[in-house]
Amino acid sequence: MAKVKVYVTLKPTLLDAQGRVVMTALENLGHTNVENVRIGKYIEVEVADNGRNINEQMDEICRNLLSNPVIENYRYEVTE
Amino acid sequence: MKFGVVVFPGSNCDQDAYYAVRDVLKQPVEYIWHQDNDLKGSDCVILPGGFSYGDYLRTGAVARFSPVMEAVQQHAAKGGYVIGICNGFQILCEAHLLPGALVANTGLKFICKYVNLRPENLNTPWTHKCNEGQALRIPIAHQGGNYTCDPETLQQIEDNGQVILRYCDERGVVSAEANPNGSLNNIAGIINEKGNVAGMMPHPERAVEKILGSDDGVAILRSVIEWAG
Repeated sequence: MAKVKVYVTLKPTLLDAQGRVVMTALENLGHTNVENVRIGKYIEVEVADNGRNINEQMDEICRNLLSNPVIENYRYEVTE
Repeated sequence: MKFGVVVFPGSNCDQDAYYAVRDVLKQPVEYIWHQDNDLKGSDCVILPGGFSYGDYLRTGAVARFSPVMEAVQQHAAKGGYVIGICNGFQILCEAHLLPGALVANTGLKFICKYVNLRPENLNTPWTHKCNEGQALRIPIAHQGGNYTCDPETLQQIEDNGQVILRYCDERGVVSAEANPNGSLNNIAGIINEKGNVAGMMPHPERAVEKILGSDDGVAILRSVIEWAG
């Protein structure tokens, strides 16, 4: 069994409206040195071993469903 | 022309689309359940608005893998007509039947109001019944209608005349003020390269009778019927 932590983030070129709002709130709280906030998704996936290369399978999963390559980047960490 | 209206779990404009086709356009129409892989002989498939699969993960991301989408892909590949409205547009982008993607409105709010739309390319199956310079009054109702794509794709769809509708003011002037959601170049609707697949965020099926505020949406739906002959 592999435990995989997947991080999906908006591409840097896209405006992250949510992140912008949170940053403004942080400024209002006095954290005026916060320079940028980007909000993404964190997904945990548990995968049973079926002989297939886990990285290959996770790339397929991330490309097809967990992220939209048009607007998002993904990365993941495989832990046992 | 026979229409098919796809029903996903969470679709909520399926009945409006069905009504517009049957009662206003007087064309045969059937519902198509998302688990079916048969389009029941539809010439034009409508992917209606709503919140398919609760908008989980991303709008349209899960609906894209419904069994019916396999049939829609094949229909589109053979040149069959497909139009995605609102959530349907999001699904078509996720399915790569249309270029680009739809992200959260820049204001992050759900916007439900009438907007004005300028038809851009009148030589398409979806716009040829529209008039040059006309501002169509059609409602929007979405939180993720902000059209985006990479600069190369934008250049390509603009050069190919694939942008069919832009947000404008009531005189037909495209401006930043008339852009409700932050869409690139005020884009409200696009087509694929062949023109047989269209997506638009505004709801033409909600603007088919004057008594309900506007019947400007009829021009879009009537266009495809007459285009196909």
